[in-house]
Amino acid sequence: MAETAIEMIGVNKWFGDFHVLRDIDLCVAQGERVVVCGPSGSGKSTVVRCINRLERHQRGTIRVDGIELTDDAGSVAAIRSEVGMVFQQFNLFPHLTVMQNLTLGPMKARGLSRDEAADRARLYLERVKIPEQADKRPAQLSGGQQQRVAIARSLCMEPKVMLFDEPTSALDPEMISEVLDVMVELAEEGMTMVVVTHEMGFARKVADKMVFMDEGEIVETGPPAAFFEAPKSQRCRTFLSQILQH
Amino acid sequence: MRLFLTISTLLLLSGCASSTSWGWYVINPMTPGGWVNIKFLINGMGATILISLIAAALSITLGLVVALPGLSERWYLRILNRIYVEFIRAIPLLPMLFWVFYGLPIIFRSMGLNIPIDPFWGAIITLAISDSAFTAEIYRAGIQSIAKGQTEAARTVGLNYLQTMRYVILPQAIRRILPPLANQFIYIVKMSAFASVIGMQELTRRANELVVTEYRPLEIYSLLILEYLVLVLIISAGVRWLERRMGSDERI
Repeated sequence: MAETAIEMIGVNKWFGDFHVLRDIDLCVAQGERVVVCGPSGSGKSTVVRCINRLERHQRGTIRVDGIELTDDAGSVAAIRSEVGMVFQQFNLFPHLTVMQNLTLGPMKARGLSRDEAADRARLYLERVKIPEQADKRPAQLSGGQQQRVAIARSLCMEPKVMLFDEPTSALDPEMISEVLDVMVELAEEGMTMVVVTHEMGFARKVADKMVFMDEGEIVETGPPAAFFEAPKSQRCRTFLSQILQH
Repeated sequence: MRLFLTISTLLLLSGCASSTSWGWYVINPMTPGGWVNIKFLINGMGATILISLIAAALSITLGLVVALPGLSERWYLRILNRIYVEFIRAIPLLPMLFWVFYGLPIIFRSMGLNIPIDPFWGAIITLAISDSAFTAEIYRAGIQSIAKGQTEAARTVGLNYLQTMRYVILPQAIRRILPPLANQFIYIVKMSAFASVIGMQELTRRANELVVTEYRPLEIYSLLILEYLVLVLIISAGVRWLERRMGSDERI
């Protein structure tokens, strides 16, 4: 059994009176690829956002690479430095060039020199197959290109874990595959990934573990083969039939 | 008695006659006297510009310092921000100027400090503090207009709070708040006229002094208004140039 990368034990969260996460238990081993799916409002984004403290959980324990996530700013910073995140809306910095987007974190948070950061940025732009766009602004790129820049920006911090929060949901259909291709390559290189997505083709291809959530709970987990062929719960069957019918 | 009435009536009439028509001689650059007057008036420009620039720079700095606690998640910091803004915003400029110029030195003396406040710094402090409440609100609106995802993305690439503000949020916010900040600067230039009442030799003070000796208020105050107009037009042109240089707002 590989070492544990992410461990969530009995995690609960409320938005006011609304109970968004109910007793979430989730274990992600190093190098494991976990795909989280479920209807909208099921809490799947919130789970991912709790892992790097974009949302604060109120009860339970979250450990990333052995570090417990607490209110202590040091633990939050330590965990964030090991966890990369890709957002649905890309969230690139629009006032900076692609190159500056990629070098900002390494220079300011990691203390790299401009040259070191630029070398690293070119390396990862190569990996996401857009080295020629380095001097453009995000607004000059297509959605698919922007999301690949966002992936490269995260990789520049050389994280141990990558979180993806619906990375293809804001993309035009013809751009989805270029982003998924990059993610598949990343998975093949052994990156630990937690991916919230409705792209079941991608899930079948790369996932080691499927997690189905509904109404703030993890309803079902399992390897993709069993998950897609013989879902145990009625809720999961209903969900899968809805998104796979086309 | 009759003689006295005749003389005073004549005086009154002559006064009316002279003040119901323009008498440009008082600021006619072609005559030596007029030229001296014009130079006297325009020499106040330096003080007005200097006061306005320093006050605006202080206000822009102070405004940011006041605005940031207002955006905090901690309620007591937000309260501090609200108290400052509501309190400072409620004080009319002239009473505040009197309080700073005549009152503040007494407080300093009672604390055993010997800090004199001259008209120059009295005006600057008053303008800067008074304006900072408005600048703070402008910052707050500008920062809040930047999508939350920008902060989240900055945090996930390891930037701390100050780095996020410095490299991600403020550079984007500043483009949006430049027009309202420029408005505030123009406001400061105009309000700097109040410095005349505590004896600061700026544009308005000089105009007042000349009116007292020449008694040609219409011409002198007309020129005064023209001087402010020129100043404000120059600022407007400068801001437009700055906006063009910063480029249009590039959102995704």
